[in-house]
Amino acid sequence: MDFDFYLSTIWSVLKALPLTLEIWFFGIAFGLIIATGLTWLRASGYKSGEYFTRAYVFVFRGSPLLVQLYLIYFGLSQFDFVRHSPILWPILRDPMYCTIVAMALNTAAYESEIFRGALRAVPVGQIEAAKAFGMSAFTRFRLVTLPIALRLALPAYSTEIILMTKATALASVVTIMEMMGTAQKIQHDTFRPIEVLTCAGVIYLLLNLSIARLFAWVEYRLSPHLRPPPEQSQQIKPVPEVL
Amino acid sequence: MEFLNDLKDQVSTAYELLAAGWGVQLLWGIGWTLAVTVVSMLIGAVLGSLVAAAKLSHRGGLRFIGESYTTVFRGEPELLIIYLFYYGGTQVLTSVARSSGSIGSTDILNMPSFLGGVLAVGIISGAYQAEVFRGSFLAIHRGELEAARAYGMSAWLRFRLVIMPQVLRLAVPGLGNVWQLTIKDSALISVTGVAELMLTANKAARSTHHSLLFYTVAGILYLVMTSISTPIFEKAERYTSRSFTRPK
Repeated sequence: MDFDFYLSTIWSVLKALPLTLEIWFFGIAFGLIIATGLTWLRASGYKSGEYFTRAYVFVFRGSPLLVQLYLIYFGLSQFDFVRHSPILWPILRDPMYCTIVAMALNTAAYESEIFRGALRAVPVGQIEAAKAFGMSAFTRFRLVTLPIALRLALPAYSTEIILMTKATALASVVTIMEMMGTAQKIQHDTFRPIEVLTCAGVIYLLLNLSIARLFAWVEYRLSPHLRPPPEQSQQIKPVPEVL
Repeated sequence: MEFLNDLKDQVSTAYELLAAGWGVQLLWGIGWTLAVTVVSMLIGAVLGSLVAAAKLSHRGGLRFIGESYTTVFRGEPELLIIYLFYYGGTQVLTSVARSSGSIGSTDILNMPSFLGGVLAVGIISGAYQAEVFRGSFLAIHRGELEAARAYGMSAWLRFRLVIMPQVLRLAVPGLGNVWQLTIKDSALISVTGVAELMLTANKAARSTHHSLLFYTVAGILYLVMTSISTPIFEKAERYTSRSFTRPK
């Protein structure tokens, strides 16, 4: 056992953690925006909107993220208009932006399905009650549908976030030196893959476990009314028999 | 307009390139991808049922092992597991072969890329399958197990006649999901050099400089594979639950 080697490896990999988190955060944030748009399009009731979202979900869930990443990074630059475009080219020639775009597009497909399921699972009675109260469509959505749907979506959403953490490792194949890329480099330099990858694996696992705990905590905080009542500190004394 | 001209060029070269032999290569790639997926699913089925049994065990130690297995292999990036098995396997094989003297002290014995990749994807698939099997086991009516025990069936007989048929029936939809995941994970094996669909597309893209074309074709082929498997699993579900159809 060579503790100095383990420590120095963990330290070098940890120094790449901010980059991993950066990819992770922007991928999730843009993914959430696209997913919201897709969900809205799907729920809007337009046939064309439904067809578009169905096709989108089919394509992005049915093919590996690696293919999507390569297609965006290597494939799109084939078009002359992409290379000459002042907006697209700075984004699509940078492997970092490409990873974020691929992750966002990919996760949006999964998330829009999660949100759709959550919206459909909102009990009809609640919506009817809100209508009976005379709430406008917007108020109804803001005060009734959205809070319930968000709570219902949370468990599946946390799974998707963990999948995204795992997906950030793919950035290493397009030359980004995030945690996986750094681990790869150390491994090639030292030819001790088992030790190096174990160190990186521990960091990824701790990251995912803390994300899972965070979501469990948020879920707990958001559903106080669904918890069993706390134990009564004082037992209610039985009424003494008088006679 | 520029865009349309670009597209027209792409389409006309697409046919030429695919007919020039890359089409056949890609078909071989599909074959390898399916082979990797099937073998990984089988490895995963064996590991998954063992891990599911461990997670359902009454012994704390076994439960802990099962829990750790599913947590670790579902929580790590797939790429890391694949590298671990491929490069780690090379490290182990090399040190074993060096110390036994079958290769020179500077030679390297490489992990066979198919074996390394299939083991890695199989172990990941096993973690997901374990959860599927565990869920299906928990969905079996307690009363049936109690009845089997009351009949005096041995543990093996109970497993063979009561538990297994029902677990298999209830697990079909979940296994369909794991199959889709495994097809997509198999694309990552390309980093170890198995000539499956992703690597073939990669090679074609690099050597012809038509990456857009070949990655699009690869993407479409993956879509075909994943969408063909959906009706197959639906059919399997209907077949395995044919005696459980709900009265109309």
